[in-house]
Order: sequence, then C-alpha cells, then structure tokens
Amino acid sequence: MVTFNILIAVALGYVILLFIIAFWADQRAAKGKLGWLRSPLTYTLSLSVYCTAWTFYGAVGNAARSGLEYLTIYLGPTLVFLGWWWLLRKLVRVGRAERITSIADLISSRYGKSSALAVLVTLLVVVGTTPYIALQLQSVTLSFAVFANHADGAEPWTSGSLNTTAFWVAAGLALFTILFGTRNLDTNERHHGVIIAIAVEAIVKLLALIAVGVFVVWGVSGGVSDMMRMIEASPVSQWQPQPSRWVGMTFLSAAAVICLPRMFQVMVVEATDEKQLSVASWAFPLYLMAMSLFILPIAVAGLAVLPDGANADLFVLTLPLEMEQEGLAMLAFLGGFSSATSMVIVASIAIATMVSNHIVTPLWLARRSGGATVSGDVRSVVLLSRRLSIMGIIGLGYGYFRVTGGSTTLSAIGLVSFAGVAQILPALIGALFWRGGTRRGAIAGICVGFAVWSYTLFIPAIGWMPSSLMTQGPFGIEALRPQALIGVSGLDPLIHSIFWSISLNTSFFILVSLITFPSPIERLQAASFVNAFRDAETARGLGGGSAEAEDLLVMTQRLLGPSEAQVLFETEAKAQGKPGALPDPTPGFVSLLERELAGTVGAATAHAMVGQINGQASVSVQDLIAVADESAQILEYSSQLEAKSAELEQTARQLREANEKLTDLSVQKDAFLGQVSHELRTPMTSIRSFSEFLIDGDLTRADQAKYSKIIQEESVRLTRLLDDLLDLSVLESGQMELSLSTSNLSDLLDRAEAAASSSKLRGFNIIRDRAREDFEVTTDTDRLCQVFINLISNAQKYCNAAAPELTISVSARAEVIEIDFSDNGAGIPPGKENIIFEKFARATDQAAAGSAGLGLAISREILGRLGGQLDYVAQGQGASFRVSFPRESLAQAAE
Amino acid sequence: MDGPRDPVFLERDVYRRKRLIDAIRVLPIAAALLMLVPAIMIGGASDANASTAWRGLYFFFLWSVLIMVAAFLVRRLGRDPADEDS
Repeated sequence: MVTFNILIAVALGYVILLFIIAFWADQRAAKGKLGWLRSPLTYTLSLSVYCTAWTFYGAVGNAARSGLEYLTIYLGPTLVFLGWWWLLRKLVRVGRAERITSIADLISSRYGKSSALAVLVTLLVVVGTTPYIALQLQSVTLSFAVFANHADGAEPWTSGSLNTTAFWVAAGLALFTILFGTRNLDTNERHHGVIIAIAVEAIVKLLALIAVGVFVVWGVSGGVSDMMRMIEASPVSQWQPQPSRWVGMTFLSAAAVICLPRMFQVMVVEATDEKQLSVASWAFPLYLMAMSLFILPIAVAGLAVLPDGANADLFVLTLPLEMEQEGLAMLAFLGGFSSATSMVIVASIAIATMVSNHIVTPLWLARRSGGATVSGDVRSVVLLSRRLSIMGIIGLGYGYFRVTGGSTTLSAIGLVSFAGVAQILPALIGALFWRGGTRRGAIAGICVGFAVWSYTLFIPAIGWMPSSLMTQGPFGIEALRPQALIGVSGLDPLIHSIFWSISLNTSFFILVSLITFPSPIERLQAASFVNAFRDAETARGLGGGSAEAEDLLVMTQRLLGPSEAQVLFETEAKAQGKPGALPDPTPGFVSLLERELAGTVGAATAHAMVGQINGQASVSVQDLIAVADESAQILEYSSQLEAKSAELEQTARQLREANEKLTDLSVQKDAFLGQVSHELRTPMTSIRSFSEFLIDGDLTRADQAKYSKIIQEESVRLTRLLDDLLDLSVLESGQMELSLSTSNLSDLLDRAEAAASSSKLRGFNIIRDRAREDFEVTTDTDRLCQVFINLISNAQKYCNAAAPELTISVSARAEVIEIDFSDNGAGIPPGKENIIFEKFARATDQAAAGSAGLGLAISREILGRLGGQLDYVAQGQGASFRVSFPRESLAQAAE
Repeated sequence: MDGPRDPVFLERDVYRRKRLIDAIRVLPIAAALLMLVPAIMIGGASDANASTAWRGLYFFFLWSVLIMVAAFLVRRLGRDPADEDS
C-alpha cells in the first residue's frame, strides 16, 4: 500500500533528481560543452511542454465526455509542425536574427519597438495564463488527494489540506524556476538547465501514459481487437463529430501552439539552429501521436471499470489504483506531476521575462531618469524583477486557485486560455508576412480581440458574468448577449467566441493598418521581418560547424593578423580537445572571439560581424548606428594618433640633431681644452724653469736680467693668450656689446698698420691705394681695427717671401665693403684652408711666431658680430684673406 | 521573385530540391484536408465504417503516414534547408 508519505518522498526525490539534472546541464553549458544539450532530440522533447496536466489528465476526461474530439488538441500542433516551412521556419529565423526574448518582444519589435504593444501582449498572456497555472496546481493537488483518499483508513481530504498542498507545490515550483530560470542574464534568454529538466519530464510523462495505456489494452482488456470491441460498446461511441467544433478546435490548438508564451519560449527563444526545427517537424507530431494513442482506451476502460460518477479527469491515476497496480499509479502520478511542473516552470519563465522586460524595468528606469545608470546596476534590478515576477505569476495562479476554490469550472479553462492567447495570432502572422501591418493596427486588433474574448468567453467561463446578462444581454439588448452576438445562436460558446474574436481582431488589424501610416522604424522592422530570408542568400546550411569556424578564422585573421588569430584558434581547439586548428564555434568561444575583436573594431561592430557569420543574425538599425558611431570615433582617434606621431617624429628628429650637435661640441670642447692646456703649459714651463734658476741665486747680473726678461716675456705671452681666450669666449657666447661709431676707413687702416708695425720683426712692405679707402664706415671701429691688426701681423709672421709685402685693396659696393689682405708668400698649404679659422690652428708649425693661433678665430667671430665675414681666398700665389662687412652695421647684427 | 534573375532551366539538383520544398509545403495542406474527413462525414453514424474506433484507427494511420512522409522529406532535404523560399 502506497502511503501518502511514500508518495511525498517519491515526489521530493523526483524533484531533487530534476534539480541535479538541471544543475549538471547548466554546469556543462557554462563550460561550453553543449553537445546534445542543443540536439534536435532535446529540442523536440522540450516542445512537449505543450502537453500539460490538462492534456495528461484532461484528455482522458475529454475523451470520456466527447470521444475523439480530444484529438483536435494534438492535430492542430501537428499541422503547424508539418507546415514548418510556411511559418515556424520564418518565426525561428526572425527570432534568432532579431534576438527576440518573448512573444511580446517579437510583436513589439516588429511594430516599431512599441512599448504599448509589448505591455498589451504581456497583460493578455498574464490574463490568459493565470487560470492555466491554477489548473496545473489543481491537478497536482487532486492527484495527491487521490492517493491520500485511496489509503486505507484515511479520512477524505478537506479543501484545507488541498489548499496547503497547492501552496507548497506552488512554492516549490517558484523556487525551482527562480533557481534555474534566473541564474544568469543571457542575452539569448536560453536556459539549458531548465530545458534538460523539461526534456526529462517529457520522457517521464510519455512513458507514464504509455505504461498505463499498455496496461489497459493488454491488462484490463484482452488485446487490440478486444479493445476495439470495448470502444464500440462504450458510451464514448455515442459521440458524433460536430464540424464547427472540430475545425474550430483544430484551429485553436494550432494557433495556441504558435502563440502560447511557453511554446514560444521553447520553440523560438531556446532554439539554436534550424536543424532542430526541421527534425522537430516530424518528431514532435510523433511525440503527440504517442501521447494520444492510449487516451481513448484509458477513457473507455475507466468508464467500464470504475463506478459511475468517478471523475474521468483522473482515470489515468484511479484506474491503476483500482486495479491494485500501485507502482503504475505512482508512475502515472509522476507523469502528471511532470506535465504540471514543466508547464508552470516554462510559462512563468516566459511571462516573467515579458513582465520584467516590458513593464518592471522600464518603470524602474523611468523613475530613475536623469542619473547615469551603471550596467551592473540594471542587471541586478532585472534579475530581481525576474524573480519577483516569477513569484508574482505563480502567486497569481495560486490565488486564482484559492478564489475559484478548485471548482470544476477550471477544467474548461484550458481551451479558454488557448482562445485568449490566440488573439495574438493575427498580429503575429501580419508581422511575418505583411509589410503593411502597422502598430496602430496591431494594437486595435489585439484590443478588440481581447475585449470580445473576455466578454464572450473568459468572464462567463470563470463564472463572473451575471446570469441575467447571459440570457438577456446588457441593458436588455439581446443582440449583445455574450454567447449569441447579433443573434448568432446555436453555436458552441467556444466556437462562437473564437469566431467573433478572431474575425473582429483580424478585421480591425487590417482596416486600421490600411488607414494608418507607419513610422520609419516600423517600416524598417517590417522589411527585415517579412524579408527575413531575402538577405540570407549566403546563409549557411544546417550544422555547418567547421565552415563557420573557418569563416570566423578568416575574419579574425583579417582583423587580428594571421599568427595571432591562429594561436587563438589553436589554443581553443586544444582546450576543446579537438585535433587540428579549428575549434567548434561554441557560445563561449564565440563570445571570447567577440571580445578579442571588440578590442580592434569596437563592440558593436564585433558583435555584428560575429553574428553575421555565426548566428545568421541580421544587423539591426541600432547596430548600424552603433557601428557608424564607433567608426567615426575610431577615425577621429586614428587621425589624432597620426598627428601625434608626426609631432613625435619631428621632436625625435630635432632631439637627434641636438644630440649630434652636443656630441660634436663635447668633442670640440675636449680638443679645445687639450689645446688650451698645451698652449698654457709651454710658457708656464719656461717661467717655472727660469724662476727656479733665479731662486738658486748664483747667477751673474747679466744672466739675472736675461732670465727675468724671458720670464716677463713669457708672462706677457701668457696674459695675451688668456686675454684672447676671454675675448673669444665673450664673442662666442654672444655677450659682446658693439660700440658703434663712425670713422674713416683709411684712418682705421693706418691705425692698424701702426699697431702691427710696433711689433715689427723684419722689413715688411705694405701696399695700399689710399684714394679708394677714403670713406666713412659706421661700425665698432675698435673691433674692426683689431681684425685688421690681426691680419697684418699674421702676414708679417707667416709670409716667407724674400721681400715680403702685403697688398691691402679695398672695393666698396653700395652696402658692403670688401678688403683683401694679400701677401706674396707661399700661402696656406692646400687642404689646410679649412682649419686655419679653428682655434689654435696654425698652418705651419711656427710656434715661435708668438701667437696662440686664436687670431683668425677671433677675427672671424668679430666680423660675424658686425654682420660681415672673413674668408680665405685662394688667388694666384700667396695668402689672401677677404674681409667683408656692411658699410653701416646695425645694432641687431650683434645679437 | 520575378525578373530575369530566375533562370528558366535549373540544374538537376537544384530543380529536385525546389520540388522537394514544394512537397514539404503541400504536406500540411493535404494533412489538413484529410483531417477534416471525419467532420465531413457527418450523419454517417449508422455506417459501420464511421464508428469511433474505426475513426480513431483512421486518424492514427493518417498520423503515422504523415510523420513518415515528413521525416522522409526532411531527411532528403538533408543538410541545407536554408534555401530561398520567396
């Protein structure tokens, strides 16, 4: 005997198993080992979230009441999936290309990202889904009650214990959903852990139903033909199909499988590639067929075996219990439990995504308008709002269950809920196939459909419609009776409501779309939705993993350079344990790649490029704007960089030149110092030696005088040398001040000749043409005179002719005066013309000439200051120096 | 799509592929019509062939055939369903 406690233990154990599986799958996905987590089989099984407790238990009840009609609930989805090429393929393609997160997101983003539309659709699905969640809680609670009541000696459950059970089931489901549905904020909104748990539950519920069915056909009845006879004999066979209900319900279930938020979640949002869908196109109908295969036999057997008045909705449980098959009953319980929990989990994830994305987060952001928000900030808010939304939605379902008291009216709510979400269908079809559909049209259609559905089906179904209104219409207007609009009576209320709501919805959608004009963003979105396949000429085939990796490699090489890209890919391939250099393009790797590329081309561009290759995602307008922004920034930045680098290069060149100059100067300085020391040393040595002689004392008077004379001469020479050095350093440092005065050139030359001749060593003839010298010059006459003295005494010292003579010839031009000092000596040896102006340079080694070799250097510096120059002119024989200087020196020339 | 972009004669493989896609498109339409049969056969209660059990068998037979045909077509379509459909 299965006690209630064992049942609780089994249920808890099953839930813990699901926890472990979901956790393990999440871990695997986090490591990038997706493998069969995204296989078509897993995808197909996750679609089974369509089969809720309402279909698990309710289908048998439905079959017991109205025969084969239950099949319509499965035939509609079968048609939709067989026709995947028409609708689902496009839906999945668009969903992936536009990164759609929910059905509200799809509708709103197609109609110009309208938030009003998103809120509207969200409200619609919340209203439509809440009773459905209550229905799941009810079925789990009732199945617990079946076991509790079946136990010997147990007192029948009161509504109080039902409520307690429902509460704990709701709380457990909320916990599971929050744990695995909001672990992370994936931009793709994929939940691997949840999907695997749902797939496992899909297998459990299918096995449970088939096990009960096999038991019924071969255990209760005597085999297939026996079963056929039993069906024929059963009251079930009294049923005759009503064409309108048959067509209407097939349409309704077909619409529901497209529009139900939980179906949209597993079918579009969780889809990773189109191969999954192509396999599901036949595998999901196969699953549905297997689910429905034994429904009728179970219903027939239940009606035959169980006492009259037994709840047909619980035959799947009560029949094995009645036949003392407790293990089977336990399996059936787990099947029903799985159906209910998977629906609640996926539906609450899907709706929580909508509520938090379209209602809570926008409100929160609006309240915080102004302050710059950090992205991490929003993240935690979104996660929190998801969690609260999940609790809110499951709480709503529980509240609804409590309010309606788990009444039998709930069992009809499944189809009512279908009809509610089917109101999205016209806008959805329009979104994918009609570019003319507008935002206002969609809002009008959905509002009208929603209103008609509420009035004709939803409110009457939950029993809130006063009966007077039902029979006489509002204000006694019979034409407005909820179940007989414009007097159309005789139709089944469900079909009546579907007919009016969908046809009015569609009409308003089309009419309002025709008369309104869409905004630019609506028109752009319309084109990208309706032409989802047109831009995909180069789209990749199914499972072309290596082709994708290769394309990614090519693109990465282009951006990062070949060697870096190859290293990146090889490292990843090694990490994945794959031979060769091409890793699988797992999400982890792709996002790594995106980050790498973002460093080069910017985040938006990288995302668009990787998406183009990997996800076949199209580039949205926002993406393009972001890319353009980035490019502009990059361009500006690179031109700034270019300017900076040119500047740097220039600076570096200047630095290099300065450095060369400094090195040269340092070399010159060293040489100069060496020369100065040498020049100073010679007279100093003489002075020291002769002064030592004098100190020794025993010298004749004549010797004393002679030595003293030498010391004095050497001191004079030393002093002159130091004077010259000081003079030169003053000149070179540019600190020389010019004292301008005007005087006759001829007088200046006379002065110089006289000064030079005072130290005349030998006979020396100076030839001048005084007539040409007779004019005024304005310059620093003392300095100019110094130059002349220098040149004349140089000639005297170095001219080695037998009869030395110096010719001074003046030629005056308008501004510049040139004076040539030419002697008749041997001149400067060839090759030494360049060094004679250097300090301490002497063309011939005539140290005895009594000069330090600074004269020409000083003269050249002086003339430079005066704005002129001193050149050596090689003409004919002898040395010839040309002095040229402006007739009137300007003060500036000194600076 | 119209205009000169669509050639009159296609390669044999491409042609076969296009017809395969046509078959995939037609399948749900045929399925929908076949599923309406019991609804059309209204009032045939006296007919033994129209009994609930036989109707059920009809549906499961139809269902199996549809699934097999769909699976066959999808497999034939093979690795590359991302073809132009407009």
